[in-house]
Amino acid sequence: MNIIEIKDLVKIYDSTEIEVTAVNHINLNFEKGEFSAVVGPSGSGKTTFLNLLGGLDRPTAGHIMIDGIDLWSLKPRQITDFRLHNIGFVFQSYNLLPVLTAKENVEFIMDLQGWPKAEREKRAKELLEAVGLGDRIHSRPGKLSGGQQQRVAVARALASKPKFILADEPTANLDSHSTENLLDIMEKLNREEGITFIFSTHDARVVKKAHRVITLEDGKVLSDEKK
Amino acid sequence: MNITVIAWRNIWRNKRRTLITTASIFFGVIFAAVMSSMQEGSYSKMIDNVVKFYSGYLQIQLEDYWENKTINNTFVLTDTLLQKVHQSKEITGISPRLESFALASSDQLTKGAVIIGIDPERENKITNPEKWIIRGRYIHHGDQGVIMGNELAGYLHLDVGDTLVLLGMGYHGVNAAGKYPITGIFKNPLPQFNKTFVYMDLPLAQGLYSAPNRITSLVLMVKDHYHMPPARKALKSFIRTPYRLMSWDEMQPELVQMIASDRMGGKIMKAILYIIIAFGILGTVIMMFSERKRELGVMVSIGMQKTLLAGILFMETFYIGLLGVATGILATIPITTWFYHHPIRIAGEAAKAFLDMGVEPVFAFSLMPSVFYNQALTVFILIIIITIYPVVKTFRLDISNALRT
Repeated sequence: MNIIEIKDLVKIYDSTEIEVTAVNHINLNFEKGEFSAVVGPSGSGKTTFLNLLGGLDRPTAGHIMIDGIDLWSLKPRQITDFRLHNIGFVFQSYNLLPVLTAKENVEFIMDLQGWPKAEREKRAKELLEAVGLGDRIHSRPGKLSGGQQQRVAVARALASKPKFILADEPTANLDSHSTENLLDIMEKLNREEGITFIFSTHDARVVKKAHRVITLEDGKVLSDEKK
Repeated sequence: MNITVIAWRNIWRNKRRTLITTASIFFGVIFAAVMSSMQEGSYSKMIDNVVKFYSGYLQIQLEDYWENKTINNTFVLTDTLLQKVHQSKEITGISPRLESFALASSDQLTKGAVIIGIDPERENKITNPEKWIIRGRYIHHGDQGVIMGNELAGYLHLDVGDTLVLLGMGYHGVNAAGKYPITGIFKNPLPQFNKTFVYMDLPLAQGLYSAPNRITSLVLMVKDHYHMPPARKALKSFIRTPYRLMSWDEMQPELVQMIASDRMGGKIMKAILYIIIAFGILGTVIMMFSERKRELGVMVSIGMQKTLLAGILFMETFYIGLLGVATGILATIPITTWFYHHPIRIAGEAAKAFLDMGVEPVFAFSLMPSVFYNQALTVFILIIIITIYPVVKTFRLDISNALRT
């Protein structure tokens, strides 16, 4: 069952003197429970593609249907709300809120969703334990290593019970040990809880673990291979 | 996670910058509040000088008296009028007066003087001339003597026990002349009183001017100048032709103008100060926004509405303002309280200049709540204006651009 349907997606940047087509007529579908990697050289349009998919950037043309809803037919407020309830994000630079502890960072998104305090505290602890940070719940991001911060970011992305998680080069700033650790956690969550992950990556280790690899070049889908 | 907690923690991410910005507000509030306290205290002192040394807060006169102050513009104080005035609960003191001019003479010398016939007991409750007596004694009801200013007495080479000769024009043009023993010499803080004023019992003055039972004004006192407007409103409901109700500010337009122009000068100074502070806060706010653009983008991308984000940014600026204002006011209270109880007395030439204006040479301070809350109000208005910048920037935030910064 398709969770995401992308139809003729185009993104053209014309802010500079030269018009750049970052995403060029992409048609793709993603099923629930996929563990997919979007790969390609720098400038191939991976990040732009993920931004469009996450409702962070408006496409020049085309449609993104998520569970039958045309994402970009929604008003800006509704798109933000849609992201809150349907999409989880993991960023390359972790992007945790530095003034909040690991637990508070995970709770934050549930707070936005209006969860009762006791329930969100319980879930935040469970998620942090699931990513192996049960003993660091009161640490602020500045006191955590890069790998630990990225695991908090994964816990945060999972907290809102999203339909899928978009991870933009999640291992780019991690050492090999942290990368292996993070990938194991995400693969386990995908396998055991059926969570859909879509990565953009350069990292061969991520590609190796992915069940589907979509290669982009000059904004176009060069290949789409399922393992 | 409450946005107020996030905002509070955010301002302490750069402690030094927050402390510097808070300090600029802190010192600005101290300066502005102390300056306002001194201004308002000095204005109150000036008004007190006028009201409590002479005019009272309100006077009932004949309609034409203020423009043409002659003994012919007098009226007989009726019981009906007096009863109605008494019914006004704001009025705390009533004193009838008969005022006119006369030549005051001793053996060789003569000088123009203001003669004021008073009810000695009632007048004491309003302007309290008894406390100014420096030699001799105050007059009482039925006394045939007078009290006079020390400078006038000095000019005429008179003292307690000597005789003062008064010569003027009485009611309807009759001669007004009399000899009066001096029972006391007074010294008022304002020199013009000492140079010209002679007080006597009201019936004695009415006899001098051949104006039995007549008065030029009924002087009224209220608790303080906050009680004057309701008292004026109550009295105006029944004061009709041929009477007129005059308030101190109508009787002293020059003082009102002087206060207004001085207050405007103070406002301009405070405005300049607050504009400088505002730019300091704005600088901090711009930096706080610019250096966290990516973080703000992340917050919106994970599902925070921009309105809520704008709320956090507003709260951050609000907290900085609140800290500056609260600490500034807390520091100002002991300073102004000290000077309220120990006003700065001016000496030398500066004092003379004050006295020439008819003002006691004192820098008095006020503890009026408005002195303090006006500063808080000003800072918070500035904060609301300043936060327009981050709020507008937040609503214009392009998430994908912000994430790339």
